[in-house]
Amino acid sequence: MRNRLLTLIAFAFVMLGLAGAVYAADKVSNDKAASGKVKAVASFSILGDMVKNVGGDRVEVTMLVGPNGDAHVFSPTPADAKMLAGADIFFVNGLGFEGWMERLENASGFTGALVVASGGVMPITMHEEEGHHHGAAAEDDDHDEHAKDEDHDEDEITDPHAWQNLFNGEIYVKNIRDGLIAVDPDGAETYEANATKYLAAIEAQDKAVKAAVAKLPQARRKIITSHDAFGYFGNAYGLEIIAPEGVSTESEASAQDVAKIIRQIREEHIPAVFLENVTDRRLLDQIAAETGVKVGGTLYSDALSDKDGPAPTYLDMFKHNVGALTAALSS
Amino acid sequence: MIDNLVQPFIEFAFMRRALVGSLAISLTAPPIGVFLVLRRMSLMGDAMGHAILPGAAIGYLLAGLSLFAMSLGGFAAGLAVALAAGLVARSTVLREDASLAGFYLVSLALGVMLVSMRGSSVDLLHVLFGTVLALNDGALILIASIASVSLVTLAVIYRPLVLECFDAQFLRSVSPLSSTTHLLFLVLVVLNLVAGFQALGTLMAVGILLLPAVAARFWAEDVGGMIAVAVASAFGSSVTGLLVSYYVNVPTGPAVILACGAFYLLSMLVGVRGGVLWGLMPRKHLEA
Repeated sequence: MRNRLLTLIAFAFVMLGLAGAVYAADKVSNDKAASGKVKAVASFSILGDMVKNVGGDRVEVTMLVGPNGDAHVFSPTPADAKMLAGADIFFVNGLGFEGWMERLENASGFTGALVVASGGVMPITMHEEEGHHHGAAAEDDDHDEHAKDEDHDEDEITDPHAWQNLFNGEIYVKNIRDGLIAVDPDGAETYEANATKYLAAIEAQDKAVKAAVAKLPQARRKIITSHDAFGYFGNAYGLEIIAPEGVSTESEASAQDVAKIIRQIREEHIPAVFLENVTDRRLLDQIAAETGVKVGGTLYSDALSDKDGPAPTYLDMFKHNVGALTAALSS
Repeated sequence: MIDNLVQPFIEFAFMRRALVGSLAISLTAPPIGVFLVLRRMSLMGDAMGHAILPGAAIGYLLAGLSLFAMSLGGFAAGLAVALAAGLVARSTVLREDASLAGFYLVSLALGVMLVSMRGSSVDLLHVLFGTVLALNDGALILIASIASVSLVTLAVIYRPLVLECFDAQFLRSVSPLSSTTHLLFLVLVVLNLVAGFQALGTLMAVGILLLPAVAARFWAEDVGGMIAVAVASAFGSSVTGLLVSYYVNVPTGPAVILACGAFYLLSMLVGVRGGVLWGLMPRKHLEA
């Protein structure tokens, strides 16, 4: 009896000791060394590209969801948690894009700075079930209004893909720049200079997109794509975006949804259907086969392509998407 | 009224394809489901959905996102698990359910590990599993071929298979066909499941396999009768599910399976053989 009690007490002490060790390890400080790069982690490839452009040589960027990855179904691994624990600053999109973010932050014991890149962006909402975006051509992106929804009994969720509007992209860059300056004040000048240059490039691309869309006849400014990720793009640049699924890649289509889209393609003579680099093609292929529309190529929405692909950077992504869109819609 | 029922199929090619695909799977899966139910291997379908992961993962590692490679790999993995489980059940103290549980969990864990080694965020199984609304030519041909092969094979091995369900020992003592029959049956199960997953998705594939068979138990007492009822109810439920999905705007796979489930509950209540309500009715006492 006495032996058993002693064993139990010893065991309890060992467990306490282990718990303490784990707790202590959690709290290991990870201040940035006075000399050496800022360790930044970006949640996905588009954000990572932006951080690289603003941070330049002073920042070492790693991405959780890499090129061609799907952040909606991303599942973090222990290696990710370890990487995050050692980081100085963590950039996320926000707006509900990263469902796994909080858990990863807690699990990794991250004590650095968290920057939500979409802070200050005017979000648009959308129905989860309905595949429709009421995309009016907004002259001033600042006052982006979303159309009043007639049906109030469907779930409204925030559309997280704010980067698809280059104006919001500029907001992202400013948030990234401010975040980096806060963590590394010595580099403030570099970050300001990089950001200004990048912002100019984004502005130029914004103008280019608007010009390209303006050339298309009004009646042809509608597309179907397999994922409701282009709401901001449609609103900002005057394209109507229709999709057979909800916002993320997880919801399943109903026969009525597919029928509605086929009917709409037939009635409104929509010219093209676009695929994406993150979802399964079969449903879209079926719709295209039935209506005879052109499958207009791949659009990049949630992730960049890898380095030899057509969309290795944020701005290249826009160039590629606009190219594919205008090619299919103008013919 | 009839107009409403038929119009979606007239107007849309994808509905017609879904109908044909459902007919094919309703011909091939329920008979196999009947035998699974009789042999108490009902949960095999669901387990198999997880067990094929390492095969699909290896296919993906070797050939990228090739549907053919992943299906082939999935089929091989499913077959390996089914055979291993069957072998263990026949030669050790474990029964079918325990042996299958053991192997499918190992297979699943192996698959998860292999997938994460590649380091991609692509949800493999999401790519592998299809939907009945998106049956392209390849998928239709696949299900139709599998249906033909299954029906012919079932016809050939019907008698030893039935006997093996009810008295395996006796069959082993009078005929050398016992192992062959068992093996062929397992191959058919895995074949139907993998083809079903790829064409229709897990829910519909496993659901059409099992629910009609389970419901048929309440309507017939002989195996042939059960098969007939199962096939009929499977097809009826598919049509119902497609129409409900069309008119009520709900996802198709779950709609079909819920239709099967409704028939199952109905059968349980009013089924001719063993329906609960019949049992509650007062019956004539037997008198000498």
